Formats: sequence, structure tokens, C-alpha cells
Amino acid sequence: MLTGAYVPGRSVVHRAPAGAKLAVLAVACTALVFARTPLWVGVAGAVVVALYVLARVGRRAAWGQLRPLRWLVVVLMVIQVLVADLPTAVTLTARLVLAVALAALVTLTTRTTDLMAALERGLRPFRRLGVDPARVSLLMSLALRSVPVVAGIAGRIREARWARGRERSVRAFAVPLVVGVLRHADAMGEALQARGLDD
Amino acid sequence: MIEVDGVTHRYGDRTVLRSVSVTLTEQRVGVIGANGSGKSTFARLLNGLVLPTTGSVTVDGLSTRGRSGAEVRRSVGFVFTDPDAQILMPTVAEDVAFGLRGLPPSSVASRVAEALSSFGLDGHADHPAHLLSGGQKQLLALCSVLVTEPKVLVCDEPTTLLDLRNTRRILALLADLPQRVVLVTHDLDAVLAMDRVLVFDEGRIVFDGVPAAAVDFYVDLASR
Ligand SMILES: Nc1ncnc2c1ncn2[C@@H]1O[C@H](COP(=O)(O)OP(=O)(O)OP(=O)(O)O)[C@@H](O)[C@H]1O
Ligand SMILES: [Mg+2]
Repeated sequence: MLTGAYVPGRSVVHRAPAGAKLAVLAVACTALVFARTPLWVGVAGAVVVALYVLARVGRRAAWGQLRPLRWLVVVLMVIQVLVADLPTAVTLTARLVLAVALAALVTLTTRTTDLMAALERGLRPFRRLGVDPARVSLLMSLALRSVPVVAGIAGRIREARWARGRERSVRAFAVPLVVGVLRHADAMGEALQARGLDD
Repeated sequence: MIEVDGVTHRYGDRTVLRSVSVTLTEQRVGVIGANGSGKSTFARLLNGLVLPTTGSVTVDGLSTRGRSGAEVRRSVGFVFTDPDAQILMPTVAEDVAFGLRGLPPSSVASRVAEALSSFGLDGHADHPAHLLSGGQKQLLALCSVLVTEPKVLVCDEPTTLLDLRNTRRILALLADLPQRVVLVTHDLDAVLAMDRVLVFDEGRIVFDGVPAAAVDFYVDLASR
């Protein structure tokens, strides 16, 4: 989820400024909190679907963003049905899914660079409080870039553990993972330095 | 001109380079030697990633130590073995653009496009970097370093993780560069195209000369 999700395109949604998209996202998520009846949730759902159609990102890409939520949705539904009733369960879960779908739409239609630039601008007022906007946005980009790398490290460890018949050992997973991640962080620091970014 | 003068380097109490002195003026310098002989440490000295415990390193008259260090790092590009660790941004074009921070956006865009097309990566500009193959990732790493127009390029085993085809591609790219190149490698064929080759052993330069003689010396050393 999130990483490298950008689907190039020239739709209205793509061309909207990143800052505006982030602002709309914030307002929409707040509005979703107040959409408590199935009718309003239905309306919100229709709007989100319309936005996806408008953005033409394709069903595959959209599903790719929402798929990680599927188990959470099941668990939430079950719990809500047990503690409340079915309509409550549906509206509550749907609101969560819609909020995530909207956030995903922003990442699908906006380059990370543009998002980071918007974030940097948005953070400027906080400079007085000691926040360095450029640094925050760089850290976010590095974090985004690290997700697939760490996932790759985890995958290789899982295979190595499997190859040695220790597929259930938590230690044989956690220890090399921590070592691998630290080594990656180290190498990344060196690469940053080599590219002229001294901290 | 790169001048390494009386450099000894220690990690903790372990000495990995022992009074190394060498002056490099050639366009193409190869570095070979056994695992752990100090090649990577030597390479890292050249752009100030590692500062010598004693002695000094200067590139075109600028010391890697102190205030001129940042300028040395800017003028000496570095390509590491593992492309995953040196690609810093989520997408291909963003990674190339990273080295151009501070330039006006329009000129960044045109330079990125130009660099990507000269590396045959233009079709991948908006692709997530982690979906590239190993060879393409290393091409991207090289591209991202070269776009900043360094005067010297230091490569520490840039082809170790690549297949034959990608190895040849990277070596051909390196061969055509206008920049001075220092290439650390275990690929003895690659080293034959250099102007000068250093052989490292246990933290010392034990041979320094033309490629064919250096390779012979190294092969001899390894079979002792
Ligand atoms: N960061 C470090 N901390 C401690 N010791 C280190 C560090 N980096 C390297 N060494 C040690 O320094 C010695 C020389 O390492 P170096 O990486 O320079 O060798 P190399 O010639 O590049 O070897 P290889 O061919 O395996 O890459 C090795 O014994 C290594 O264990
Ligand atoms: Mg090495």
C-alpha cells in the first residue's frame, strides 16, 4: 500500500494541485465522521466511486490499494455486529473504507514529489516551532522508499528460514530482520552523504 | 589529481589501511585485491565517506577533511555495490531529480528526462524504483550520480550483483565517460581496460602498474 502507487494520467483528478487534494481529503474525512446514516454513507460512497471513475486509475490499481484492508473489514464487521447491529456495522466499516479509498486516490493520482512539496508548504507555518519542513518531507520520501526494501529483506529472510526448515522460529526471523533493517539504514545514510546531503 | 598521503586507517583497534600513499592522475584506475584487503575503505576515503585516522586525502587540491569536505563529496560521485541501498526516492525520475535539489523545476525536469533517455530508462520515469530489475536499478544508481556531473566517479564493485549482459552494459557506460573513474572490482577482465591498476593486500598497495602485470601479480598472490 502507499508506495510507488502513482498511476500516471492526465485526468482532472491528476491535474488538481497536490495541496488542494490534501485539503479536500482532510475535509472529506472530517465530513465522513458525521455521515452516520446509511443514506449519507451511500451518497459518500457514490461520490468516491465517481471520483475513481473520473481519475481512470483502473480497477486493478484501486483494488491493490484496498486489498490490505480486507481482513480488518471482516474483523470490524464481526465485532460491530456483535456489540451493535448490522446497519451500524455496515455504516461504520464503510466510512473507514471510504476514508482509506480517498487517501489512496490521492496517492494514486499524485507524484510523491508533488505530495512532499505540498506537505512542505503546509508545514511552513510550523517552522517557528522548530519544524524543518524540507527535512520532514525528505524523511517521508525516504520512509516511502524503504517500505519495499524492508519488505524485500523480510521476504528473503522468510525464504532462508524456510530453506533451513525453521519456518516457525520467531527469533530466526526477528534477529536477521532487525540486523538487515539497520544495515539498510546505514547504507542509506552513506548513500545520502555520497550524494551531497550532509546531516 | 587525487593524492593519498601516508594514510593509515583503523576501525576501532583494527588497522585496515597501513601507510598508503599514492597519487592518481590517470583517467581510468582499477583496484583489485582479496576480500578484506581494504579496497572499499580506500574507495570511501576518496570522497570523504571515510576520513583517514592519520594522513590526508586531497582531490584536485581540496582536502576531504574539514570545510572543503562537502565540496569534495560533490565533485566525487560514488556508486555502491547494492543498488537498493543507493536508490533513495520512491520513483525512478524522483531519484534522478534528488541530486538536482535547488535548481529551478523546469531545468530539473529537462535534465532528468535527458539523463533517463541516455541510460535507456525513459520508459520508466514514473515507475516505482523497486519494480526495476537489478541491472536496471544499478543503471538508475549510476544515472542518479552522473546527473550531478561529478569530476571523478568512484565505483565499488558496481557489477558484482549483475548478470553478464548488464555487467557489460555498465562497463561500456563507464568506459565512455568523460570523467575520471576509479573502479574497485573482482572482475579481472574489466580491469584490463584501465590505465593503471592497484593491487591491495592486507591494507597495503602491494602492486601498482599496468593492468596485465597487476593481474598476473594478483593471480600469483592468490595462489601462494
Ligand atoms: N565499518 C567497519 N567497521 C569495522 N570494520 C570494518 C568496517 N568496514 C570494514 N571493516 C573491516 O576492514 C577490513 C577491510 O574492509 P574493506 O571493506 O575495505 O575490504 P574490501 O577489500 O573491500 O573487501 P571485499 O572484497 O570483501 O569487499 C575488513 O577486515 C573489514 O572487516
Ligand atoms: Mg569491498
